[in-house]
Formats: sequence, C-alpha cells, structure tokens
Amino acid sequence: MGFNWNWAFTWEILPKLLHATLNTLMAAGFGYAIALVLGMVFALAQRTPYWALTKVVREVVEFIRSTPLILQIFFVYYVGPQFGLKLGPWTAGMIAIGLHYSAYLSEVYRGGLESVAKGQWEACTALNLSTRDTYLRIVIPQAIPPALAGMGNYLVGIFKDTPMLSVIGVAELMHTANAIGSSSYRYLEPYTLVGIIFLAISLPTAALIRVFEGYVRRKLGLK
Amino acid sequence: MMEDLSQYPLELKGPDIPMVRFSRVTKRYGDLTVLDDLDLDVTTGEMVTIIGPSGSGKTTVLRMLMTLETINEGVIYVDGQPLTHMVKGDKLVPADRKYLRKMRSQIGMCFQHFNLFPHMTALENCMEGPVQVLGMKKKEARERSEELLELVGMADKRDQHPSRLSGGQQQRVAIARALAMRPKVMLFDEVTSALDPEVIGEVTNVIRSLVDEHNLTMLMVTHQMGFAKDISDRVCFFYGGSIEEQGTPEELFGNPQKERTQQFLSAVKEAG
Repeated sequence: MGFNWNWAFTWEILPKLLHATLNTLMAAGFGYAIALVLGMVFALAQRTPYWALTKVVREVVEFIRSTPLILQIFFVYYVGPQFGLKLGPWTAGMIAIGLHYSAYLSEVYRGGLESVAKGQWEACTALNLSTRDTYLRIVIPQAIPPALAGMGNYLVGIFKDTPMLSVIGVAELMHTANAIGSSSYRYLEPYTLVGIIFLAISLPTAALIRVFEGYVRRKLGLK
Repeated sequence: MMEDLSQYPLELKGPDIPMVRFSRVTKRYGDLTVLDDLDLDVTTGEMVTIIGPSGSGKTTVLRMLMTLETINEGVIYVDGQPLTHMVKGDKLVPADRKYLRKMRSQIGMCFQHFNLFPHMTALENCMEGPVQVLGMKKKEARERSEELLELVGMADKRDQHPSRLSGGQQQRVAIARALAMRPKVMLFDEVTSALDPEVIGEVTNVIRSLVDEHNLTMLMVTHQMGFAKDISDRVCFFYGGSIEEQGTPEELFGNPQKERTQQFLSAVKEAG
C-alpha cells in the first residue's frame, strides 16, 4: 500500500477527534480527581494506630497495583452487575481508573508524608497540636511539594491510559479513532492524529507540572 | 512483670511540692537501660542544667517530660499531678492520649534543630499553637507573638520564613514559639549544639533573660559548660542513666567530688 497520507481525509476527521479529545480530558480529569482524594484516604488509613485497618488497606493497595488496569475496567463494568452494581461505561470507567491510580497516588503521598522530618512531628507534640491540626496544618503542606513530581507523572499516566476505556465503549479519543478506521478502512491518519494529540497535551503538561512545583515551593516558603 | 504502682502517690500534696518530680523512673530501649531508677525534683522557678557524656540519658529526661517518649517504670509528676499516669478509681494507670494532651500543655520545649515549621513565617510559627490549641483570637495571638518576638530580638524578622533565618535566629523564634504557649516548665535540649560558635551568644542571652524575668521552671541539657555555670541554680551530672553528682554550679564545677565528674569536666575543658 505504501505511504499515502490523505490531507483531505485528515481535515475531515480532525474535528471529530478534537471533540473526542474533550472526552479524553474529561475522563482523565474525573479519574484523577477520584484518585487524588481516594489516594489520600488510602495513605492516611495506613498511618492510623489501628493495626488491622493498616494491614487491610496495604493489601488492597498492593492488589490494585499488581493487577492490570484493563482487567479492573472489565471487572467493574462486566462483573459489577452480577453484584447488583449496574453502571454505565463512563461511571464504571471512572471508578476503575480512579481506583487504579489512587493506589499509585497513595504510595506517592506515603513517600511525601515520610519525607517530613521527625522533628516536625515532635514540634507538633511539644506545641500540643491535635492530630488533625498536625496533619492538615503542618505535615501535609510539607508532604505535598516532594510528592508533586510523582503526582504529575501519574496525571500524565492516567491521561495516557484513558484509551483503555475504549474497551467498554467510552467515546474517548481512541474509541473514536477506531470507529473512523473501521468505517473508512483508513487507519494511518486517525492513529497518527491520536498520537500527535496525546503528545501535544502530555509534553506541555509535564513542563507545567515542573513550573507548578516551583511555584508551590515558593508559595509555602520552602525555597 | 507488671510494676506495682501502689508505691506511688496519686498526687503530691503539701506547701512546697516540686514543679517536676521524677520518681524511680526507668527507661529502656530493648536491652539498653537509658535511665535507671532516676529520682529528680525540680523546684518552681528553678533552672536545672543536665550535663554528662553522650548516652548518659540526659536528653531522654527532657523527651520523657515532653511526652515524646514513654517510660518503662516509675512515675513523673508535674505540678503535683502525675504526667505519665492518670488516676482511675484510686489507682494509677498509664495515661491515655487525652490526659497526656491536658498535662502536656504545661510544658514547652526547644530542640537542637529548632524544628520550626518551614512553610510558616516566624510570626505564624508563634501564632500556631495559641490559635489552634489555646483557641486564642488571631488578633490577640498576633499581639502576643509580636511581643515575644520582640523579647527574643526577632521582631524585625517576623515575616520571614525559617529558610531565610540563620540558626541562631531560628532558635530564638523557636524559644518565642514555645513561650507563646505559656508553659510552666521550659525544656532546652542542646539548643546551641547545632549553631555556629559566633551566634551561640544570641541564644544564650535570650535564655539568660528568661531566668531573670520570668518565674519559669527550666531544665536544660547543654554542652556549654560556661553557660551552665553562669545561669544554673543547680547542675546535675548524668552518667550511665542516673545522676552521678549534683550541686550548685560552684560546687560541681569548682569542687567535684566524684571521680567520673572530675574526668568528664577535665575532658571537656581540654576539648574546649
């Protein structure tokens, strides 16, 4: 067949793909929001004095990290209904990808929390701060900057993993490209465009995260 | 074997109870005994300095008082009330978190490495405890914190973050921060050890002014023998987890009785 790039076809499918990009961004955004919050819950749950809770959460995190995302997506969407959990592709997809990344983010948070010097905890005790204030006002603000790089990596990661949601019919970028390909028998243009769109979003995001990291450090007076 | 706590009184009574009492306190880390059956009283308003070789348990004394460490045996009393234990029925039982929080409010501590909150300015560091713990209004806490920063000579740096301050300046802010909680007892744990020699004076001068101006009870661990000699009411020489010798600075530095004290003091003098 050789290399024949069809510009007319490219311009024709581009609006469709750009529209699907919005869905991809939305999926990444919602999924990441879930992961940010749930990840913090997982991280903090492993630091309570309750031994059993720590153990259970630790195992859950390990389990999620050790099994493929695509399996988890299938599981929530296809096996969920057997347990009375009947979800649309979007909801199922957000839950699966959010849960998956929350396990990774909890590890990033854990590293951040552990990077806070022991003396900071002791100063909190000496000032008689409550456990809640110790975390919210002293420890977490210091744990965030060292965690930002890892958090940013997973933001890009979740964005790049959204194509997996196409397997359950979420109309994101990959799903749309597949649909174009199978109806027109042309795959070169849609897949190439998908690649370019991902690159065009991932690269600046990674750069922005670095800028943001510096900003946060300055804002907190840590630099 | 459970320790028999009935040998300890539920509270100390009488006209001249000590501000701090260690009663037969033992602390172990595994097989290592850090403090061995320690008895120590500190009178209200007294400045007691603890000296001794490293590993003699001197810092542990302060850390236990600040409830940063638990104890294995014995009871610590603060202002007549048990600190490490609480009264349940007519018996002493190990203190729970709530009780520790209540008792801890009487004690303040400054650390070797300052431990200021790096994401807060000097002023915010001082206001944090009064606002969050004592429930003070922000305006009142600010005024009080500014006064204390003035006292330690740091008023002009109140809006700086710790990373912009020298070690001596950070330690002075840390002293103001601890004082802002209005403790009855102040603990100084090697507060000049991490400082450059030329700024040690600015910190010791602040502590000196506290001795003069406040009716604070203070316990200090230090390697600055000259400073200890100047400002202490009493000096305790720790060796192997207990007090080998104690007395007024004149007695202990001028005429030490025990051989280990003499050895330690001459070794320090040579080094120093």
